[in-house]
Amino acid sequence: MIDLSVELPGLSLKNPIMPASGCFGFGREYSEYYDLSRLGAIMMKAATGSKRLGNPTPRVAETASGMLNAIGLQNPGVNEVIKNEVPFLAQYDTKIIANIAGSTIEEYEKVAKAFNQTKDVHALELNISCPNVKEGGIQFGTDTEMAARVTEIVKNASDKPVYVKLSPNVSDITAMARSVEKAGADGLSMINTLTGMQIHLPSKQPLLANKTGGLSGPAIKPIAIRMIYEVRQHVSIPIIGMGGISTAEDVLEFLLAGANAVAIGTANFQNPFTCIDIIEKLPEVLKQNGFHSVKDAVGKGIVDDSSNISCP
Amino acid sequence: MKTIQKMIIKKVNTIALDTTEMVLVHEEVARTAIPGQFLHISVPGHTLRRPVSIADVDKKEHAITILFKQIGSGTKALASLPVGATLDVLGPNGNGFNLQEKNGDTILLIGGGIGVPPLYYLGKSLVEKGYKIISVLGFQTKDYVFYEQKFSKIGKTIIVTDDGSYGEKGLVTDVLNEIEQIDCYYSCGPLPMLKAVRSHLSHKKGYLSLEERMGCGVGACFACVVPTNDDSGYKKICQDGPVFQAEEVQI
Repeated sequence: MIDLSVELPGLSLKNPIMPASGCFGFGREYSEYYDLSRLGAIMMKAATGSKRLGNPTPRVAETASGMLNAIGLQNPGVNEVIKNEVPFLAQYDTKIIANIAGSTIEEYEKVAKAFNQTKDVHALELNISCPNVKEGGIQFGTDTEMAARVTEIVKNASDKPVYVKLSPNVSDITAMARSVEKAGADGLSMINTLTGMQIHLPSKQPLLANKTGGLSGPAIKPIAIRMIYEVRQHVSIPIIGMGGISTAEDVLEFLLAGANAVAIGTANFQNPFTCIDIIEKLPEVLKQNGFHSVKDAVGKGIVDDSSNISCP
Repeated sequence: MKTIQKMIIKKVNTIALDTTEMVLVHEEVARTAIPGQFLHISVPGHTLRRPVSIADVDKKEHAITILFKQIGSGTKALASLPVGATLDVLGPNGNGFNLQEKNGDTILLIGGGIGVPPLYYLGKSLVEKGYKIISVLGFQTKDYVFYEQKFSKIGKTIIVTDDGSYGEKGLVTDVLNEIEQIDCYYSCGPLPMLKAVRSHLSHKKGYLSLEERMGCGVGACFACVVPTNDDSGYKKICQDGPVFQAEEVQI
């Protein structure tokens, strides 16, 4: 019997698989495909202090092995999310992680406080890395001091564990990770999308109305793996890994690099059953590779550089 | 619970320049599909599915016809799939045209380019319900024209081409004045055409079917949205649409 369970701050997960924020809405649509209770957790679409309309269209573009999106944090505002969306998800036997975003520290604080009032939310994912709105938090996600400050404020505003979602659009992701760990983050979630652009040949202009968008999908998986591998060696808090996962083998790769659990994003669009397929196949993949549990595999891919000083 | 539909390709035809007609077989989809709905089709080697509207349904043969234009690598790959291959499909998705509401006796269908196909299944269904149909179909040039005979069988049909190489020269709106009394219109086509149609027929009740680049195709990702006219925000084209009341959306 392979043990898929994972214990993370605030999150006792039956398995390490959860849909990533922004790729699953608030769960209603995918609840028509399968029982959401089968998921380890659900990361809700980002909520902001008040309603946001998001960006003009086109908001998505396909790329080689991936896609660009620039939705722009469209959401009905935290109070509506708590009133209309959280109760729906609370019917299911799964953990709810609320993704919180804002354009000011005060907005983050307001959203964190609001979610703190509902027992049905088990943890917060602090989104300081949305690349798609001018004031969508990315300014907090690329500066170590600002990231630490917003982490501290949100920690003080809420009793819930806080997972800080890191942006890959930085030169030193380990510095960001260390900074938010020191500021009190209970965990990390990484990586958010990479900023990209596509030019539409017929119009000879950027295809997305927002011009730039966040690149996701299998194209970014090696970047996510590398960043988790690096960060794992510099922080002791758990990591929820994400970036281009579409198979159980991908999940094992993330675990080996040092992730404690994983989130599935873009792959849900290709196959709505991706999370379920992975949950079903993961035990076999773990077993084939000599592991008895998810916990067994975490960080096992990290090579100790001190014992391997010869360079081929 | 919804599931992924495995649809078998029964026929593939090129019916006009860059335009493919594909007949798929699936009992459940054929039984449940209503005019205006779309299939969200997985294309080998591509991250995102392609939304393609349903052009016709033969309930007896369990056959669903789709038409699409080969524009990019995804639609080209789709068009190159052989007869007998299986498509991985979500759907039928979207709300479709409202056929329950009584909208007078005579209905005008206005289609442009690859917006024409969903109007065919709609027109057939309306004729079955006893409505009189008039169709105005616009294409770029003669080479792109399709389904003229099929539409002619369900009612008076006027073909318009941008360059006059077939039918009347001009835009679909140029011939609207020739049309006799109508009670309601349904339109699908490029945005500039839909805008012009709506402004020409502002005194009539109308429905527009919209197109947009889609992500999930089920309403979860918020990619394919359209602003509403009451400033309440956006509607999702894949889930709330693709068919909207003409005055409901900002286009």
